Amino acid sequence: MLVWLGVLALLALLALGVRRAQQGPVQEGDRVPNFTLTTFEGETVNLTDLQGKVVVLNFWASWCTPCEQEAADLEAAWREYQPGGEVVFLGVDYVDTEPEAMAYLKKFDITYPNGPDLGTRISQAFRIRGVPETYIIDRENVLRYTKIGPFDSKAEIIAIIEPLLNE
Amino acid sequence: MKKFLLIGLLTCLLAGLSTGLALAQDPQPGLPSDDQVNAIAKQLYCPVCENIPLDVCGTQACAQWRELIREKLSQGWSEAQIKQYFVDQYGDRVLATPPARGLNWLVYVVPPLAILLGAFMLYRAFRAWKQPALPLAESNSSLQSPADEYVRRLEEELRNR
Repeated sequence: MLVWLGVLALLALLALGVRRAQQGPVQEGDRVPNFTLTTFEGETVNLTDLQGKVVVLNFWASWCTPCEQEAADLEAAWREYQPGGEVVFLGVDYVDTEPEAMAYLKKFDITYPNGPDLGTRISQAFRIRGVPETYIIDRENVLRYTKIGPFDSKAEIIAIIEPLLNE
Repeated sequence: MKKFLLIGLLTCLLAGLSTGLALAQDPQPGLPSDDQVNAIAKQLYCPVCENIPLDVCGTQACAQWRELIREKLSQGWSEAQIKQYFVDQYGDRVLATPPARGLNWLVYVVPPLAILLGAFMLYRAFRAWKQPALPLAESNSSLQSPADEYVRRLEEELRNR
Protein backbone atom coordinates (compact mmCIF):
# COMPACT_ATOMS: atom_id res chain seq x y z
CA MET A 1 0.00 0.00 0.00
CA LEU A 2 2.77 2.36 1.01
CA VAL A 3 4.62 1.55 -2.20
CA TRP A 4 1.64 2.44 -4.35
CA LEU A 5 1.17 5.69 -2.46
CA GLY A 6 4.80 6.55 -3.21
CA VAL A 7 4.33 5.73 -6.91
CA LEU A 8 1.19 7.89 -7.01
CA ALA A 9 3.01 10.77 -5.33
CA LEU A 10 5.81 10.55 -7.89
CA LEU A 11 3.34 10.49 -10.77
CA ALA A 12 1.53 13.51 -9.30
CA LEU A 13 4.81 15.43 -9.12
CA LEU A 14 5.62 14.47 -12.69
CA ALA A 15 2.18 15.63 -13.87
CA LEU A 16 2.65 18.92 -12.02
CA GLY A 17 6.01 19.46 -13.70
CA VAL A 18 4.63 18.65 -17.17
CA ARG A 19 1.67 20.98 -16.63
CA ARG A 20 3.99 23.79 -15.57
CA ALA A 21 6.24 23.21 -18.56
CA GLN A 22 3.33 23.29 -20.97
CA GLN A 23 1.86 26.54 -19.66
CA GLY A 24 1.87 28.96 -22.57
CA PRO A 25 2.72 32.64 -22.67
CA VAL A 26 0.38 35.41 -21.52
CA GLN A 27 -2.42 35.39 -24.09
CA GLU A 28 -3.93 38.43 -25.75
CA GLY A 29 -7.03 39.35 -23.74
CA ASP A 30 -5.45 38.13 -20.47
CA ARG A 31 -4.74 40.47 -17.62
CA VAL A 32 -0.98 40.88 -17.41
CA PRO A 33 0.51 39.79 -14.06
CA ASN A 34 2.18 42.62 -12.19
CA PHE A 35 5.93 42.98 -12.53
CA THR A 36 8.56 45.34 -11.26
CA LEU A 37 11.29 46.73 -13.48
CA THR A 38 14.28 48.41 -11.90
CA THR A 39 15.80 50.68 -14.51
CA PHE A 40 19.52 51.14 -15.15
CA GLU A 41 19.12 54.52 -13.40
CA GLY A 42 17.75 52.77 -10.29
CA GLU A 43 14.10 53.81 -10.63
CA THR A 44 11.42 51.21 -9.91
CA VAL A 45 8.46 50.81 -12.25
CA ASN A 46 5.42 48.69 -11.33
CA LEU A 47 2.92 47.71 -14.01
CA THR A 48 -0.04 48.28 -11.69
CA ASP A 49 1.08 51.88 -11.18
CA LEU A 50 0.71 52.39 -14.93
CA GLN A 51 -2.99 51.58 -14.99
CA GLY A 52 -4.78 54.16 -17.16
CA LYS A 53 -1.87 54.30 -19.61
CA VAL A 54 -1.00 52.21 -22.63
CA VAL A 55 2.23 50.30 -22.00
CA VAL A 56 4.64 49.20 -24.73
CA LEU A 57 6.84 46.51 -23.19
CA ASN A 58 9.81 45.64 -25.37
CA PHE A 59 12.24 42.76 -24.67
CA TRP A 60 15.67 43.26 -26.22
CA ALA A 61 19.36 42.50 -25.76
CA SER A 62 22.59 44.09 -26.93
CA TRP A 63 23.68 40.83 -28.60
CA CYS A 64 20.44 40.65 -30.59
CA THR A 65 20.91 41.87 -34.15
CA PRO A 66 17.18 41.97 -35.07
CA CYS A 67 16.63 44.23 -32.03
CA GLU A 68 18.77 46.85 -33.74
CA GLN A 69 16.35 46.95 -36.67
CA GLU A 70 13.53 48.31 -34.54
CA ALA A 71 15.47 50.33 -31.95
CA ALA A 72 15.23 53.64 -33.83
CA ASP A 73 11.52 53.14 -34.65
CA LEU A 74 10.65 52.41 -31.02
CA GLU A 75 12.52 55.51 -29.87
CA ALA A 76 10.84 57.66 -32.55
CA ALA A 77 7.39 56.38 -31.51
CA TRP A 78 8.21 57.05 -27.85
CA ARG A 79 9.24 60.64 -28.63
CA GLU A 80 5.94 61.15 -30.40
CA TYR A 81 3.88 59.97 -27.41
CA GLN A 82 6.06 61.20 -24.55
CA PRO A 83 4.57 64.75 -24.35
CA GLY A 84 1.00 63.38 -24.07
CA GLY A 85 1.90 61.14 -21.12
CA GLU A 86 -0.71 58.55 -22.08
CA VAL A 87 1.72 55.96 -23.42
CA VAL A 88 4.67 54.46 -21.55
CA PHE A 89 7.49 52.62 -23.25
CA LEU A 90 9.50 50.15 -21.15
CA GLY A 91 12.57 48.28 -22.32
CA VAL A 92 13.44 44.99 -20.65
CA ASP A 93 17.04 43.94 -21.25
CA TYR A 94 17.08 40.15 -21.49
CA VAL A 95 20.11 38.03 -20.43
CA ASP A 96 22.57 40.79 -21.08
CA THR A 97 25.63 42.39 -19.56
CA GLU A 98 25.36 45.96 -18.35
CA PRO A 99 28.29 47.63 -20.18
CA GLU A 100 27.12 46.26 -23.54
CA ALA A 101 23.50 47.16 -22.75
CA MET A 102 24.45 50.74 -21.89
CA ALA A 103 26.48 51.00 -25.09
CA TYR A 104 23.45 49.79 -27.06
CA LEU A 105 21.17 52.39 -25.44
CA LYS A 106 23.70 55.10 -26.19
CA LYS A 107 24.21 53.95 -29.78
CA PHE A 108 20.48 54.21 -30.56
CA ASP A 109 19.94 57.23 -28.29
CA ILE A 110 17.16 55.44 -26.41
CA THR A 111 15.57 57.67 -23.78
CA TYR A 112 12.58 55.68 -22.51
CA PRO A 113 13.04 53.68 -19.27
CA ASN A 114 15.09 50.53 -19.66
CA GLY A 115 16.29 48.00 -17.13
CA PRO A 116 17.70 44.51 -16.77
CA ASP A 117 15.37 41.55 -16.41
CA LEU A 118 16.68 40.65 -12.96
CA GLY A 119 16.47 36.92 -12.35
CA THR A 120 14.75 36.68 -15.78
CA ARG A 121 11.49 37.06 -13.83
CA ILE A 122 9.65 39.27 -16.31
CA SER A 123 10.61 37.21 -19.36
CA GLN A 124 9.57 34.04 -17.53
CA ALA A 125 6.22 35.58 -16.59
CA PHE A 126 5.62 36.35 -20.28
CA ARG A 127 7.33 33.10 -21.36
CA ILE A 128 9.08 34.89 -24.18
CA ARG A 129 10.52 32.75 -26.96
CA GLY A 130 13.35 35.11 -27.86
CA VAL A 131 14.19 38.73 -28.53
CA PRO A 132 12.92 41.08 -29.75
CA GLU A 133 9.38 40.62 -28.52
CA THR A 134 6.96 43.43 -27.73
CA TYR A 135 3.80 43.34 -25.68
CA ILE A 136 1.29 46.16 -25.86
CA ILE A 137 -0.89 46.47 -22.79
CA ASP A 138 -4.04 48.58 -22.60
CA ARG A 139 -5.16 51.02 -19.89
CA GLU A 140 -6.68 48.18 -17.86
CA ASN A 141 -3.42 46.17 -17.85
CA VAL A 142 -4.85 43.71 -20.36
CA LEU A 143 -2.53 42.36 -23.04
CA ARG A 144 -3.85 43.49 -26.42
CA TYR A 145 -1.07 42.85 -28.88
CA THR A 146 2.02 40.65 -29.13
CA LYS A 147 4.77 41.25 -31.65
CA ILE A 148 7.30 38.46 -32.16
CA GLY A 149 10.33 39.82 -33.97
CA PRO A 150 11.17 43.40 -34.84
CA PHE A 151 8.74 46.12 -35.92
CA ASP A 152 9.18 47.18 -39.52
CA SER A 153 8.46 50.87 -38.99
CA LYS A 154 7.33 53.57 -36.58
CA ALA A 155 4.00 53.63 -38.45
CA GLU A 156 3.42 49.98 -37.52
CA ILE A 157 3.89 50.77 -33.83
CA ILE A 158 1.61 53.79 -33.98
CA ALA A 159 -1.08 51.87 -35.83
CA ILE A 160 -1.31 49.47 -32.87
CA ILE A 161 -1.25 52.12 -30.15
CA GLU A 162 -3.77 54.57 -31.62
CA PRO A 163 -6.90 52.36 -31.32
CA LEU A 164 -6.03 51.61 -27.70
CA LEU A 165 -5.74 55.31 -26.91
CA ASN A 166 -9.14 55.96 -28.45
CA GLU A 167 -10.93 53.33 -26.33
CA MET B 1 73.33 47.15 -52.54
CA LYS B 2 73.12 43.44 -51.83
CA LYS B 3 74.47 44.12 -48.36
CA PHE B 4 71.68 46.65 -47.68
CA LEU B 5 69.11 44.22 -49.01
CA LEU B 6 70.42 41.48 -46.73
CA ILE B 7 70.38 43.80 -43.72
CA GLY B 8 66.85 44.88 -44.61
CA LEU B 9 65.68 41.28 -44.90
CA LEU B 10 67.31 40.34 -41.61
CA THR B 11 65.68 43.34 -39.89
CA CYS B 12 62.25 42.32 -41.24
CA LEU B 13 62.81 38.73 -40.14
CA LEU B 14 63.84 39.78 -36.64
CA ALA B 15 60.92 42.20 -36.40
CA GLY B 16 58.57 39.41 -37.49
CA LEU B 17 60.04 37.02 -34.95
CA SER B 18 59.80 39.52 -32.14
CA THR B 19 56.13 40.21 -33.04
CA GLY B 20 55.51 36.47 -33.10
CA LEU B 21 57.02 36.14 -29.66
CA ALA B 22 54.92 39.03 -28.36
CA LEU B 23 51.74 37.41 -29.73
CA ALA B 24 52.59 34.14 -28.06
CA GLN B 25 52.60 35.84 -24.69
CA ASP B 26 49.49 36.84 -22.76
CA PRO B 27 48.28 39.94 -24.64
CA GLN B 28 47.08 41.58 -21.42
CA PRO B 29 49.24 40.49 -18.52
CA GLY B 30 47.44 40.56 -15.19
CA LEU B 31 44.09 39.55 -16.66
CA PRO B 32 42.71 36.12 -15.66
CA SER B 33 43.46 33.38 -18.19
CA ASP B 34 40.86 31.56 -20.27
CA ASP B 35 41.34 28.49 -18.05
CA GLN B 36 40.48 30.50 -14.95
CA VAL B 37 37.42 31.96 -16.68
CA ASN B 38 36.29 28.59 -18.03
CA ALA B 39 36.65 26.92 -14.63
CA ILE B 40 33.70 29.09 -13.54
CA ALA B 41 31.98 29.26 -16.93
CA LYS B 42 31.56 25.47 -17.12
CA GLN B 43 29.38 25.66 -14.02
CA LEU B 44 27.00 28.09 -15.68
CA TYR B 45 24.43 27.88 -18.44
CA CYS B 46 23.16 30.87 -20.42
CA PRO B 47 19.32 30.77 -20.71
CA VAL B 48 19.57 31.71 -24.39
CA CYS B 49 21.57 28.59 -25.32
CA GLU B 50 19.91 25.90 -23.22
CA ASN B 51 21.91 22.75 -22.47
CA ILE B 52 25.23 24.24 -23.62
CA PRO B 53 27.68 25.04 -20.80
CA LEU B 54 28.95 28.59 -20.90
CA ASP B 55 32.59 27.56 -21.41
CA VAL B 56 31.84 25.96 -24.81
CA CYS B 57 28.94 28.12 -25.97
CA GLY B 58 29.76 30.10 -29.10
CA THR B 59 27.11 32.83 -29.11
CA GLN B 60 27.80 36.51 -28.54
CA ALA B 61 25.69 36.48 -25.38
CA CYS B 62 27.89 33.73 -23.91
CA ALA B 63 31.08 35.50 -25.00
CA GLN B 64 29.84 38.61 -23.13
CA TRP B 65 29.19 36.50 -20.03
CA ARG B 66 32.69 35.01 -20.15
CA GLU B 67 34.16 38.51 -20.44
CA LEU B 68 32.08 39.52 -17.43
CA ILE B 69 33.55 36.60 -15.46
CA ARG B 70 37.05 37.71 -16.49
CA GLU B 71 36.28 41.26 -15.39
CA LYS B 72 34.94 40.12 -12.01
CA LEU B 73 37.95 37.84 -11.47
CA SER B 74 40.32 40.70 -12.25
CA GLN B 75 38.46 42.78 -9.65
CA GLY B 76 39.27 40.08 -7.09
CA TRP B 77 35.86 38.44 -6.85
CA SER B 78 35.77 34.82 -5.65
CA GLU B 79 34.13 31.98 -7.57
CA ALA B 80 31.21 31.90 -5.13
CA GLN B 81 30.69 35.67 -5.43
CA ILE B 82 30.67 35.50 -9.23
CA LYS B 83 28.19 32.61 -9.28
CA GLN B 84 25.95 34.48 -6.83
CA TYR B 85 26.12 37.57 -9.06
CA PHE B 86 24.91 35.53 -12.04
CA VAL B 87 22.12 33.99 -9.95
CA ASP B 88 21.02 37.46 -8.79
CA GLN B 89 21.07 38.79 -12.34
CA TYR B 90 19.65 35.86 -14.29
CA GLY B 91 18.09 33.47 -11.77
CA ASP B 92 18.85 29.99 -10.39
CA ARG B 93 18.50 28.38 -13.78
CA VAL B 94 21.94 29.57 -14.86
CA LEU B 95 23.57 27.15 -12.41
CA ALA B 96 24.62 23.70 -13.64
CA THR B 97 23.89 22.39 -10.13
CA PRO B 98 20.66 23.94 -8.86
CA PRO B 99 20.64 24.90 -5.18
CA ALA B 100 18.57 22.59 -2.96
CA ARG B 101 15.77 25.03 -2.14
CA GLY B 102 12.13 25.42 -3.18
CA LEU B 103 11.03 22.86 -5.75
CA ASN B 104 14.69 22.23 -6.62
CA TRP B 105 15.08 19.85 -3.68
CA LEU B 106 12.97 17.35 -5.62
CA VAL B 107 15.90 16.95 -8.02
CA TYR B 108 17.97 15.60 -5.16
CA VAL B 109 15.27 13.60 -3.37
CA VAL B 110 13.17 12.00 -6.13
CA PRO B 111 15.87 9.95 -7.95
CA PRO B 112 17.23 8.21 -4.80
CA LEU B 113 13.64 7.64 -3.62
CA ALA B 114 12.72 6.11 -6.99
CA ILE B 115 15.77 3.81 -6.80
CA LEU B 116 14.88 2.75 -3.23
CA LEU B 117 11.29 2.13 -4.29
CA GLY B 118 12.42 0.02 -7.24
CA ALA B 119 14.78 -1.98 -5.05
CA PHE B 120 11.98 -2.62 -2.54
CA MET B 121 9.62 -3.79 -5.28
CA LEU B 122 12.29 -6.14 -6.67
CA TYR B 123 12.93 -7.53 -3.19
CA ARG B 124 9.22 -8.29 -2.77
CA ALA B 125 9.02 -9.91 -6.19
CA PHE B 126 12.05 -12.14 -5.47
CA ARG B 127 10.58 -13.20 -2.13
CA ALA B 128 7.29 -14.14 -3.80
CA TRP B 129 9.15 -16.27 -6.37
CA LYS B 130 11.08 -18.09 -3.63
CA GLN B 131 7.95 -19.37 -1.85
CA PRO B 132 7.63 -23.22 -2.18
CA ALA B 133 5.42 -24.41 -5.04
CA LEU B 134 2.39 -26.64 -4.32
CA PRO B 135 2.87 -30.43 -4.80
CA LEU B 136 2.20 -31.43 -8.41
CA ALA B 137 -0.61 -33.88 -7.65
CA GLU B 138 -2.34 -31.41 -5.39
CA SER B 139 -1.95 -28.70 -7.92
CA ASN B 140 -3.27 -31.00 -10.68
CA SER B 141 -6.35 -31.89 -8.67
CA SER B 142 -6.99 -28.34 -7.75
CA LEU B 143 -6.66 -27.30 -11.35
CA GLN B 144 -8.93 -30.08 -12.68
CA SER B 145 -11.54 -28.68 -14.98
CA PRO B 146 -14.76 -30.33 -16.36
CA ALA B 147 -12.91 -30.94 -19.63
CA ASP B 148 -10.20 -32.92 -17.77
CA GLU B 149 -12.88 -34.97 -16.04
CA TYR B 150 -14.48 -35.76 -19.40
CA VAL B 151 -11.16 -36.95 -20.84
CA ARG B 152 -10.52 -39.13 -17.77
CA ARG B 153 -13.90 -40.79 -18.07
CA LEU B 154 -13.46 -41.31 -21.81
CA GLU B 155 -10.09 -43.00 -21.29
CA GLU B 156 -11.52 -45.20 -18.53
CA GLU B 157 -14.39 -46.37 -20.74
CA LEU B 158 -12.02 -47.12 -23.60
CA ARG B 159 -9.89 -49.24 -21.28
CA ASN B 160 -12.95 -51.19 -20.09
CA ARG B 161 -13.90 -52.25 -23.65
